[in-house]
Amino acid sequence: MSTLRALVVAAALIGGAASAAETPHLGRPATPAEIQAVDISVPPDGSTLPKGSGTVAQGAVVFAQQCQVCHNAAGAGGPNDRLTGGVGSLTTDKPIKTVASFWPYATTVFDYVRRAMPWPAPQSLSNDDVYAVVAYLLSVDGIVPANARLDAKTLPLVKMPNREGFQSWADRYRPKTASR
Amino acid sequence: MSGSGLGDTEEQVAGGGLLHRRMLLRGGVLAGGLGAAFAARAADPIGAGSPDGMKVPGAAFSGYGTPAHWREGIKRTIGALPDRPGTGASRTPLERLEGSITPAGLHFERHHNGIPDIDPAAHTLIVHGLVKQSLVFSLDALMRYPMQSRIHFVECAGNSGGMIAPAAAQNTAGGLHGLLSCSEWTGIPVSSLLDETGIDPKATWLLAEGADAAGMSRSVPLWKCMDDAMIALYQNGEPIRPEQGFPMRLLVPGFQGNMNVKWLRRLKLTAGPTYTKDETSKYTELMRDGKARQFQFGMGVKSVITKPSFGMTMSGQGLYEISGVAWSGAGRVARVEVSADGGNSWAEAALNGPVLPKAVTRFRAPWRWAGGPSLLLSRATEETGDVQPVRADWLAQYAPGQNYHYNAINAWQVEAGGSIKHVYA
Repeated sequence: MSTLRALVVAAALIGGAASAAETPHLGRPATPAEIQAVDISVPPDGSTLPKGSGTVAQGAVVFAQQCQVCHNAAGAGGPNDRLTGGVGSLTTDKPIKTVASFWPYATTVFDYVRRAMPWPAPQSLSNDDVYAVVAYLLSVDGIVPANARLDAKTLPLVKMPNREGFQSWADRYRPKTASR
Repeated sequence: MSGSGLGDTEEQVAGGGLLHRRMLLRGGVLAGGLGAAFAARAADPIGAGSPDGMKVPGAAFSGYGTPAHWREGIKRTIGALPDRPGTGASRTPLERLEGSITPAGLHFERHHNGIPDIDPAAHTLIVHGLVKQSLVFSLDALMRYPMQSRIHFVECAGNSGGMIAPAAAQNTAGGLHGLLSCSEWTGIPVSSLLDETGIDPKATWLLAEGADAAGMSRSVPLWKCMDDAMIALYQNGEPIRPEQGFPMRLLVPGFQGNMNVKWLRRLKLTAGPTYTKDETSKYTELMRDGKARQFQFGMGVKSVITKPSFGMTMSGQGLYEISGVAWSGAGRVARVEVSADGGNSWAEAALNGPVLPKAVTRFRAPWRWAGGPSLLLSRATEETGDVQPVRADWLAQYAPGQNYHYNAINAWQVEAGGSIKHVYA
């Protein structure tokens, strides 16, 4: 190691600048198949949504079989989270935060149901089932019509009632010294 | 110096018996009376007056030590749904601990669908998305990376959420505020791995995902990952425990606990937030105007007196040490003040250094209790100038029912008989 480089590294260590440390490059390239297998998150643009589709009618059946025991009929809540209703309540004395009243994007519902529900057996549904359950849940409050079929193309187009109900605070904690 | 009376060396600095913190440095709080002597009579065995432990060989070594059996009651308090034993939280018993580091086995837990049992040899961390080269890291590979050790608190955003209830709950410091713990974490700066993958200029966020049955996932601003985020592999010197994310968790110092994704399996660089379930449904705080903050990541400046506190009883009038914990997600705690008269007057507490950024700082204040009612408060100020608010001011910001990021001043009412109640003040 040259004297100059040693000085730079020493200065970096003293300053706690992590990224200046030399690293051993021990990661191996990920294959496309590996990435596809784990990339289950769905952003608002729906770019990672899988193939498949489901209707409100199919979703009502899946919901009754898989979801109702925890979320009550039509997602009215009890014993666990309320999923439906409450639209328009956010400015009242008793705001009710549900999927329908609060969530800004329908893609989040798909993402969460697919990764974490039903609670006793996460990731046991098919993609068609998940599309169907999302369609059914959104139909309860008329966010999608009763004859809706959701798929990778139509789901990201759903406009949630509280889409504009947020104010950006993401950079509130960003230090002036942040590098990016 | 005598500890038995109000001498002229004690400087009262606020009402209700609060003394100058200088007292602590002079050792005035230390109890006297050590070294009680006994004299063995020559005709008796030498050990006649010795404790039993000096007269029989002690217990054997152990592979992993355990707390004194005399103190087995120092435990996390668990709140889980009856039919869902892995869903809920357990709280650190703050009132039973001292110092600033939480023992790993008492670090609070919040799980959304139980603790997975992950084989470290089979577990990998994949970094992909808006990178130049997607990479997969085995745990063995990560163990060869340069590491850092740093002391940071982790606090659940829902900590102290019960404080919005109309009546003050009669509960301990840990029961009310114990979704807070502080550890020395050792691991690899996230920036080290991102330097190796390279970063697409379009990347501004990162999705972190866990390998648990909730598939816990949160979006983190990329600047935070380049600033001080870490892939934590060790906690207080030992491999991170299963309930804290074994074999690895994300650590985002000062940000809400939920973002410190446990059982970390994936980092995906993205052009915006993914709007995952938790950051969408839970951690977007509804304000009075019906709009929600998106996103309130940093945990506000906060403190709580742990001694004396609810569940303890004063043992007669005289000198006590008030002791508590203070912390801030923005940086260092600059000052903690305590009041023994409900906020009419305040005394500056001594901070037990080192005072580290985004870490718990222990504070102490000497206090002579005269035996009457006394309302104890603590108020922390952070280095950026933010001050812990009073409860009414905190509540006024948020829509009814919102209880994340509660950081208002806590109050303990010491009653004339020496019992201690939790009150709102």
